[in-house]
Amino acid sequence: MTYQPQADFGTPAVSSDTLVSLTIDGRAVTVPAGTSVMRAAAECGGSIPSLCATDSLEAFGSCRMCLVEIEGRRGTPASCTTPAEQGMVVHTQSDRLGRLRKGVMELYISDHPLDCLTCSANNDCELQDTAAQVGLRDVRYGYAGADHLGLATDGSNPYFDFDPSKCIVCSRCVRACDEVQGTLALTIDGRGFASGVSAGQTGDDFLSSECVSCGACVQACPTATLQEKAVKEIGKPERAVITTCAYCGVGCTFRAEMRGEQLVRMVPWKDGKANRGHSCVKGRFAWGYANHKDRILDPMIRDSVDDPWRVVSWDEALEFTAERLTAIKAQYGARALGGITSSRCTNEETYLVQKLVRAGFGSNNVDTCARVCHSPTGYGLSKTFGTSAGTQDFDSVMDADVVLVIGANPTDAHPVFASRLKKRLRQGAKLIVIDPRQIDLVRSPHIEAAHHLALQPGTNVAVLTAMAHVIVTEELADEAFIRERCDWDEYSDWARFVAEERHSPETLEPVTRVPAAELRAAARLYATGGNGAIYYGLGVTEHSQGSSTVMAIANLAMATGNIGRRGVGVNPLRGQNNVQGSCDMGSFPHELPGYRHISGAVVRELFEADWGVTLDPDPGLRIPNMLDAALDGSFRALYVQGEDILQSDPNTHHVSAGLKAMDCVIVHDLFLNETANYAHVFLPGSTFLEKDGTFTNAERRIQLVRKVMEPANGPNGKGMADWEVTQALANALGLGWSYTHPSEIMDEIARLTPTFAGVSFDRLDAEGSLQWPVNEAHPDGSPIMHVDGFVRGKGRFMVTDYVPTDERTGPRYPLLLTTGRILSQYNVGAQTRRTDNTVWHDEDLLEIHPSDADNRGINSGDWVRLASRTGETTLRAEVTTRVAPGVVYTTFHHPATQANVVTTEYSDWATNCPEYKVTAVQVLPSNGPTEWQETYASWSAKSRRIMAEPAE
Amino acid sequence: MTRTIRIAQICANHAELEGPLLPILHAVQGEFGCVDAEAERVIASALNLSRAEVHGVVSFYHDFTATPDPRPCLELCRAEACQARGVEAMVAAAETAAGQRVRVRTVYCLGLCSVGPNARVGDDLHARLDETSLVKLVKSL
Repeated sequence: MTYQPQADFGTPAVSSDTLVSLTIDGRAVTVPAGTSVMRAAAECGGSIPSLCATDSLEAFGSCRMCLVEIEGRRGTPASCTTPAEQGMVVHTQSDRLGRLRKGVMELYISDHPLDCLTCSANNDCELQDTAAQVGLRDVRYGYAGADHLGLATDGSNPYFDFDPSKCIVCSRCVRACDEVQGTLALTIDGRGFASGVSAGQTGDDFLSSECVSCGACVQACPTATLQEKAVKEIGKPERAVITTCAYCGVGCTFRAEMRGEQLVRMVPWKDGKANRGHSCVKGRFAWGYANHKDRILDPMIRDSVDDPWRVVSWDEALEFTAERLTAIKAQYGARALGGITSSRCTNEETYLVQKLVRAGFGSNNVDTCARVCHSPTGYGLSKTFGTSAGTQDFDSVMDADVVLVIGANPTDAHPVFASRLKKRLRQGAKLIVIDPRQIDLVRSPHIEAAHHLALQPGTNVAVLTAMAHVIVTEELADEAFIRERCDWDEYSDWARFVAEERHSPETLEPVTRVPAAELRAAARLYATGGNGAIYYGLGVTEHSQGSSTVMAIANLAMATGNIGRRGVGVNPLRGQNNVQGSCDMGSFPHELPGYRHISGAVVRELFEADWGVTLDPDPGLRIPNMLDAALDGSFRALYVQGEDILQSDPNTHHVSAGLKAMDCVIVHDLFLNETANYAHVFLPGSTFLEKDGTFTNAERRIQLVRKVMEPANGPNGKGMADWEVTQALANALGLGWSYTHPSEIMDEIARLTPTFAGVSFDRLDAEGSLQWPVNEAHPDGSPIMHVDGFVRGKGRFMVTDYVPTDERTGPRYPLLLTTGRILSQYNVGAQTRRTDNTVWHDEDLLEIHPSDADNRGINSGDWVRLASRTGETTLRAEVTTRVAPGVVYTTFHHPATQANVVTTEYSDWATNCPEYKVTAVQVLPSNGPTEWQETYASWSAKSRRIMAEPAE
Repeated sequence: MTRTIRIAQICANHAELEGPLLPILHAVQGEFGCVDAEAERVIASALNLSRAEVHGVVSFYHDFTATPDPRPCLELCRAEACQARGVEAMVAAAETAAGQRVRVRTVYCLGLCSVGPNARVGDDLHARLDETSLVKLVKSL
């Protein structure tokens, strides 16, 4: 199939219960009332010429190309702004319309370069198409008059160019930035003939403007004015494959537009139910890491981590690994072996890794990075609601009246969801933000939080319990909902508990530092403002009371009846693309796929029968326990797929000591990551572009990942997708697996996991996506959960007593450090640091309040030493009022900073999720890197040596 | 008081209006003789608009300028009605009289079509101008 851009219906789809029938050029068509004539024409196979219309934007009516004649009406109305009406008879082509359109087109073309053949949008240009449609043959005005043809191109953005000489000022880019992205970074400068698109103000270019590089303007541009640099370089794509983004938990689907095996561009898929045709800078543009020079394509082994790496064949690497694992198992037993699954890999790959550990290694020592992010979500939501997942789909936010965002920074970490949320807020929904920092959502153009509770880090439970106190004592609870859906006795116990005076906002104010009146107002708004929806992130979970906070959130939602319909709910914003999936797939040491405890004989026997093995009935070790056990010598071998625990896990010194104590560390990754410095085997991984499989996003939506190019890893073109590598390792251990395609793995998952019973690749291919549970009760999946009652039966209120963290500030460490992400970088940065996204953020910075900075003589840009009881590092400071006095903030994207050298080993009481968000620190001026940073840098360089190929 | 604080104060004074942007821009232009990039930033921040939005409005209207022009200004209507009543023949004389000292701005219609040619200086309107009275008006500025 040759390249076709995705169909454009001109104006957005309208939903209405009323249908209207009309006739367009003799063809009858029925559309929902409110649909434009333009869209109705497109739906019955027509295509009215237009330039300023596209179906991601509201009709604008400026280009005057889409004129039509309607019987019984005077004039020639624009079809984009004219709603279809019952019985209308429309003609889209006549002599008069032809003349009008041709005349308008002449004006456009009189000020447009005639370089179509050498233009990068040749054959992919709506201006060109429209000129062809109207039959433009000549321009009567000539080309001698004033024009805009000599204007310079703005190439400041690393991914796209802005060439104003090709601009027809249709305003599609400006409107895309306003309506779709919600940043409003673009405008039309000037008036009349002088008007032109401008990023920001006079003197700004795209890079210096408020532009966040989401690319919505590029996608909306009908000409070559705003276009991807890659298209300029490579040419027009030849085919498009629908696949799913491998960055955050939003799970955007894209058309990967290809030329040969070369990716030309990623264009958000308009039918994607998670992203609805939008994307962010990471998903659309930051895929250059896939072919970065740092990517390791060959298997490598070494006897000791002090040796350089030796490049070997797949066979040799697998044989070496199998021998080591077998020897360790023979000497120390199965429980000395373990694995870590990846939330970056597909469901099928994750499933295979846990199967390899349980069925092959013979232990349950399997864990995943959700340990360090959303494990408290799993615990908290299953205790209260009975299922370990968010309750809504993303579309639901468009029905929310009050949105409570706690411990999440969607505009940076989940930007595509943030754009939806901002759209809803611009429509009038109210926002409450609970966060120690003034995140962008608190106040940015056209968005302003009704309440920002800038709490002291570590006091989430206190704030939420105080909100519950207000709701209960002011009698704002939804008693009818609670009586019908929840256990009334448990509610009564909980209500008595939260009503105690010690939980009042006034009593807790000294602890939380949230003004009591503000907190009361926020609680009243959430309880009484209509549909209340809670969205939360790692600022909730990564605390010593992470699980308690999740339960406190669930309590609030149940107490106010905000569960079980559109516009409400409890929604964890998942950090990684497949963290939901990796949890679903049995990545935790105590749970088989589908969150079923390993000690349950019935479930275990099901897997034993299917896999033909006997499983260990006892839960295995969690990541921190594996590291502890490594230090005492009882844990010896670890298979790590697609994760960098050294950089992402807390207390780097402890992680490195644990890894160093092991006999066999197998790193399966794209790059020699920080963990690989302590590895004996390196198995080259494959990118999401090189494999088939499925990802499950934060709304439980299972979507296909489709292979668009062959895996580049492995010698002599013998590339293997990650699932094939795991299978090869399993077979080297004698397991005899014979999957030929990931769809067979999904069939096995569906066979063994009730919530996935109705899932298959065929169905996903046909339907686009499915939201689990997909089973007999919910054959088409479940966009919203707990509709007719909670999964566990009765919703359960859990008493959440606020226990201050053991991590306290004191004279030596007077500030509290909290950590997070930034828009352009992702997690440990393994991918984004290897793209041009570094123009926005090339190092981690420490945000510090001006008063704390003044006390210490620190200015923006100064090197500072950041020290905690655990360790210290240095980085540059940024003085800002985003953080409150007493709080400092940084990101953890860059290994040179190693922010996790500083974080402590305190963790969630229920799940061991590390307390990244609260560390007592001191900040002092410094001259440069610490001793640890320098030692680590030289160790890292030494450890990454690869032995030169022997001369032949 | 710095200029930034004064502009923020102007914004605050107009905060209660529905659609406060244009009144604020007029007040800033009136007080400082221009709405420059820094003023756009302060106004954007005060009204919670993007910088681009404010710039789009500022750059659309002739009334707002990016740099101050301290010269006196005469706005001369050259729309159809005033043209019909002979304004075009007077333009050269007015410009000569103005030289570099006075700014003569062309506007299109002051709403006094029956008594043209017309001009405006500040809030004062001048009707039934002929070359002599126009030149005299320019010289008086």
